[in-house]
Amino acid sequence: MIPELGHFALILALCLSLVLAIMPMTGSLANIPRWVAMAKPAAWGQFFFTAIAFACLVNAFLSNDFSVAYVANHGNSLLPTVYKVSAVWGAHEGSLLLWALILSGWTIAVATLTSNLPAVMLARVLSVMGMISIGFMSFLLFTSNPFERVFPVPLEGGDLNPLLQDFGLAIHPPMLYMGYVGLSVAFSFAIAALIGGKLDATWARWSRPWTTVAWVFLTIGITLGSWWAYYELGWGGWWFWDPVENASFMPWLVATALIHSLAVTEKRGAFKRWTVLLSLMAFSLSLLGTFLVRSGVLTSVHSFAADPARGLFILIFLLIVIGGSLTLYAWRAPDVTSGGRFSTLSRETLLLGNNLLLVVITAFILLGTLAPLFYDAMGWGKISVGFPWFNTMFVIFTPLMVVLMGLGPMARWKHQAPAELLRTYRMALLASLAAGILVALPLLHDGSPWAGLAVFLSVWLVSSLLLSLRQRYRNRASIGKLLKNPAARGNGSYFGMVIAHLGVAVFIIGVTFVSLFEEEQDVRMSPGQSIDMAGYTFRFDGVRSVQGPNYRADQGTIVVTRAGKQEAQLTPEKRTYTVQTKPMTEAGINAGLMRDIYVSLGEGLGGGDWSLRLYYKPFVRWIWLGGLLIALGGLLAALDRRYRIGVRRYASTTAPASRKSLAPGA
Amino acid sequence: MSRYLRYLTPLLLFLLLAGLLYRGLSLDPKIVPSPLIGKPMPAFTLPRLADAGATISDTDLKGKVSALNIWATWCVSCRAEHEVLLELARTGKVDIYGLNYKDNRADAQRWLTQLGDPYIANAFDADGRTGIDWGVYGAPETFIMDKDGIIRHKHIGPLTREALEQEILPLIARLEAAQ
Repeated sequence: MIPELGHFALILALCLSLVLAIMPMTGSLANIPRWVAMAKPAAWGQFFFTAIAFACLVNAFLSNDFSVAYVANHGNSLLPTVYKVSAVWGAHEGSLLLWALILSGWTIAVATLTSNLPAVMLARVLSVMGMISIGFMSFLLFTSNPFERVFPVPLEGGDLNPLLQDFGLAIHPPMLYMGYVGLSVAFSFAIAALIGGKLDATWARWSRPWTTVAWVFLTIGITLGSWWAYYELGWGGWWFWDPVENASFMPWLVATALIHSLAVTEKRGAFKRWTVLLSLMAFSLSLLGTFLVRSGVLTSVHSFAADPARGLFILIFLLIVIGGSLTLYAWRAPDVTSGGRFSTLSRETLLLGNNLLLVVITAFILLGTLAPLFYDAMGWGKISVGFPWFNTMFVIFTPLMVVLMGLGPMARWKHQAPAELLRTYRMALLASLAAGILVALPLLHDGSPWAGLAVFLSVWLVSSLLLSLRQRYRNRASIGKLLKNPAARGNGSYFGMVIAHLGVAVFIIGVTFVSLFEEEQDVRMSPGQSIDMAGYTFRFDGVRSVQGPNYRADQGTIVVTRAGKQEAQLTPEKRTYTVQTKPMTEAGINAGLMRDIYVSLGEGLGGGDWSLRLYYKPFVRWIWLGGLLIALGGLLAALDRRYRIGVRRYASTTAPASRKSLAPGA
Repeated sequence: MSRYLRYLTPLLLFLLLAGLLYRGLSLDPKIVPSPLIGKPMPAFTLPRLADAGATISDTDLKGKVSALNIWATWCVSCRAEHEVLLELARTGKVDIYGLNYKDNRADAQRWLTQLGDPYIANAFDADGRTGIDWGVYGAPETFIMDKDGIIRHKHIGPLTREALEQEILPLIARLEAAQ
């Protein structure tokens, strides 16, 4: 009965999304206030019924209702409760339902948190979100109903893929979807603005906090995914350039470009068309990612069961949403006036340069991801694109981008004299070059030009941030003002920028150092035997059997010492899950800011001997620390007071684009 | 006109992409029939993985029913299928050879010591030239050859127990029974 209730609630939610998509939009165009006023109630109703449907599916998992096919395939009575809940989004149907729930959640968030928005604008934004929702709801109902029953009812469920029985992966998809779907808000704002023909600083100001929040979620989601791959796959790798990873990375890159270009549009009124295009692209790439994952056109470790019917459905949906929005763009964009002028060297050009680099990187990733498909379609045979392509591209474009990133925050809007810029950055340039060369030369250790480049870029970034801080707080008055009211308007977005950029510096160090200086050994060890690596001694104390709630594991014990002092005791496991008998590795990791010690258990070789893989991974934490700093920066920027108080004031006056903001940053 | 064309570019690019994706729907990367099926296997002579001094060639695979598995340590799906390969090796019904594809020799050797070695021998295809001759799309792939070295089957993607039981093992039995 309850699953049928869920199914019915989903149908009602679809009906309400139809109302939401049609009535307020038509009302706003035909000037019928009563239809416009339907936006909020319809959004709430849609959320309410989607939430009921979602709760029904959660309930089916918690109550082990194996008469529901989806639960029978992916649930199990022995699953720990937390994974019974996360099993809801462990496969295709349920994760789509989560998508729909999050979309309706973002819709009511927009409906309630934007009391300052003109009713017509809000109605249009909500309507566009309703249109997207129609696509997902009907996709669910017509091709992927999670409430389908199965008969005869199996006694036990097929269990959740053991790879997904992990806390990191339980929260990774929701975070990622929050990001993907959140970008639909920026998309809807852009469409609404295009329809109204009013692309101005006000639009950018409304769109900014939403875009930033979605981007924060996406950042957290990607960081979590990478961290999960590191500790769960047993290889110590943290990024694989898998099509599905690329599918999450491309919207992130474009959204990164977008949050910067929105800043320019808000402050200077420039880049309007470009900003709109980025808003459309960011969400389009999220949808494209969904298509790639669900349709099975590309092989990927993440692939869900491929189904051409589903693929065709999403493709048609893509054509309507992306094709429709780009048509609207082609129709409306020529009428958009170009805003504030700027000269060849100015903060605008630096930001534009970085925007272009981000888009070029995205294009290269898209090419690399789709190249196998393209070759196949053209009948040129089969190719595979892997690490060399993607890594080379990154090594070429990232340094350029970081150099511009350092210059951006200090450069002047409109016009920057080159000589003045050089003078300002004299010390930063010298310091970063010196640090880079010092690391590159074999003075302190073996020396490595790549490590030198990474150190140069990081020091450059950090020192330019310090310069910017010094400029902002050069006198007592400005420091006093900061201390008196740290949450004042503009501070959030400025410090957000500082922290996020600092995160990039940290990330660069992490990536470069772990790739260059990690050490690993694959060894056969007998109990009691010791092996030295990277200054650490690894002693193997044998393997014993342990019993988990729904798995049995061989658990090894490795004692790691350094100069006679015990550093860690690691217990890597090799698990066999009761239902899906796939062997799973649980690496034993001793985490540290400067290095990780990582041990994974291989095969039993008889006589108590085991094969083991030992890693010393310097600075690997910095990769995720960088990711978290970037996300934290975004969060600070999104919480800036001016979006809460300022917006209302802005909405009433007609947004002078030239108005100087207090904050020189972001 | 050219003014408007500029704003149409994103749409046109997207439509091209959509066409490609539509084409992609009918090309399932997992069940692409290989043009090599029914043909003799492409000739190769490559260094062995275990010993760079020794070589292995297509003639080593002839005279018996054999399997050639394309794999690499950078390939996550290869890890997923490794257990199944070990299982197939344990049945003793077929000689499994490996083509270690665009990989690092030390990594690959470690992989085999750590995870177990289902292979009779491995060819080391560092630059992927032999892989191209075999029409490799991406690791893992598995070819089954009859006693005359004619390719009879190509499995794209990780081997599963179902594929093993429903396709590979019956095929091997048929090939063994022939002649």
